[in-house]
Amino acid sequence: MTVNTTLGRAVGAAILLAVCAVFPLVVTNQQVATIGIDTLIFVTAAVAWNIFSGYSGYISLGHAVFFGSGAYAAGIAARDWHVTGGAEFLLLLLGGVVAGLIAVPFGLIALRVRRHTFVVITIAVFFIFQLMAFNFSFTGGTTGLNAPFLLWSPVTFDDRFYYVALVIAAATVGLSWLIRGSKFGLQLRAIRDDEDRARGLGVRALRVKLTAFVVSGAITGLIGALWFFFIAEALPQTAFDPIFDLTIALMAFLGGLGTVAGPVLGALILEPGQQYLTQQVTNDYLAQILLGGVFLVVILLLPRGLIPTGREKIASWRARRRDAAARLAPPGDAPAGGPPGAGGQPARHAAGQTPRGRSL
Amino acid sequence: MATKLLHAVVSGVLGGGVYALMAVGLTLIFGVLDIINIAQGIMVILGAYLSYALSVHLHIGLFLGLLITVPAMFVIGVVIQWAFIRPLSGRDRTSMSLLACYAVAIIIEGALYWAFGPNYVTLTASYVTNSVHILGFYLPYIYLYGFAMAVALVIALYGVLYRTKFGRAIRATMQDRTAALLVGINVNRVAALTFGIGVAVTAVGGMVYGATSSGFNPNSGYDLISRLLAIIILGGLGSIGGALAASVLMLTLESIVDIWSPTWAVAVFYAALVLVLTLRPAGLFGRQAARAQ
Repeated sequence: MTVNTTLGRAVGAAILLAVCAVFPLVVTNQQVATIGIDTLIFVTAAVAWNIFSGYSGYISLGHAVFFGSGAYAAGIAARDWHVTGGAEFLLLLLGGVVAGLIAVPFGLIALRVRRHTFVVITIAVFFIFQLMAFNFSFTGGTTGLNAPFLLWSPVTFDDRFYYVALVIAAATVGLSWLIRGSKFGLQLRAIRDDEDRARGLGVRALRVKLTAFVVSGAITGLIGALWFFFIAEALPQTAFDPIFDLTIALMAFLGGLGTVAGPVLGALILEPGQQYLTQQVTNDYLAQILLGGVFLVVILLLPRGLIPTGREKIASWRARRRDAAARLAPPGDAPAGGPPGAGGQPARHAAGQTPRGRSL
Repeated sequence: MATKLLHAVVSGVLGGGVYALMAVGLTLIFGVLDIINIAQGIMVILGAYLSYALSVHLHIGLFLGLLITVPAMFVIGVVIQWAFIRPLSGRDRTSMSLLACYAVAIIIEGALYWAFGPNYVTLTASYVTNSVHILGFYLPYIYLYGFAMAVALVIALYGVLYRTKFGRAIRATMQDRTAALLVGINVNRVAALTFGIGVAVTAVGGMVYGATSSGFNPNSGYDLISRLLAIIILGGLGSIGGALAASVLMLTLESIVDIWSPTWAVAVFYAALVLVLTLRPAGLFGRQAARAQ
């Protein structure tokens, strides 16, 4: 059954990827393409956020620091080095590196404290960065930065962004999946479940948390740089946006915190929904109120997210069916469940099967 | 120069009194409910807008209007606690409650934008524009009145906390929720009332903030909450005395830095926060318990 599930998931992921790959060839509407790129950016950001916050349990509300730093790093480099055309995409890496470097001191300070204090520190650091973007001269102050003019034909303009975003998003999901199954991911989740006990068992907690924080931050910075070139403008209040922090957290919560597919699903539902809503209501304030409302509903009604809840529903349905079958079968038969086929990979088994337990 | 410095210290202390009131509300809520009310900043702005609406549309004076806005904010607080905070449980309660408060904050922010628009407004009255001449500089009366009221309210809160049965119930709940439950304290009621009180003080804080700041709009809530968070973390989460001391200290420091560089004055808050936490993760007056996961 485990093999089946893994195969099913792989096929599902491949189909999703294929649909995403042909999407711009089928749907050529400019507006839809824009929403598609936005969605991929948020898929990446939400998955990256989940790699740190979802797996370690440390809720960061300061990931906009990385997003904005990536955007500003790429923007400042493009402006000062006069980078134009396709070479821009190389600057995405710079955005990722800068954000990763910022994550090191940020993490060293913030990760010394836990729970509320950690969240508050991330918020405080976020505000420091927004303030710096507003007040330094090299960031362009309140007028922000403009991206260099791209020399591509407008017909293929969106396509390039779309495919770059798709590659980054797919790679991030793959990385998230690899981390979740690895020893590193297991250590992260041990920290989430009981940090003191994990330390007692020999997990180097600070190092593990910091690594996840840096990886997560670097990816967020990378996608922030892409966002900057796509939007062609970075303002302190849009690049360092408190709503961004909330949105990616909401996406992960909606889909299922700490799962691989959860943040993807959450972003695929929320971002197009939000964009559609903004176009329909044409009232930013109402859209903001609705976002908050959706968030409250998710927290109150679906506190564990769609994927864990759905998985539980399926599991209980299967169990009921099995019980019914067992009652029909002659009493001599062994129960269908049997001992778990612990076969090749006990560690992965422990890691992968916990979802049926508490809130994964 | 000496006058400037004196002015900075005086206005810092007076402003600190008002921040202390808002921060005490926040730290009380933390102590009793074990949540951080991220929405406190926008609630201060909501209180300021309520005062604004009363004074502009109904011509009710700012101080008189508090008789309406304080109970209104109290009710809002109790309702929010009852509807969105109380149902949360389980091991993710910490992060859930933070996100719930954040969601409440952006709903209030959106509603305020909708109702009042993004333009900056100020609260005006004769005692806001008139000043008293002391120690070689001019100080609007509102600073003195606001400070006096904030001090009186903080003392009243202290009185309630340390001299009444209800206050003892609050402190007991802060110390040990389960034990409080065992000795017959209605913990849910205490939690709801504490949240109400913690939010009600923002009506007063908002009025004074609106009258002393150069103008506010719905976005000002972010600036406020980040300062308030810095204050209560610096003071040590759940420590009321710490919140008082940190407010006055930080506001004074900010207004002194403001003499040289107004744009960077607010950065003092965060710089101090980062500095203190690297040295003392539990804050200046905090107990180590604030760290336990």
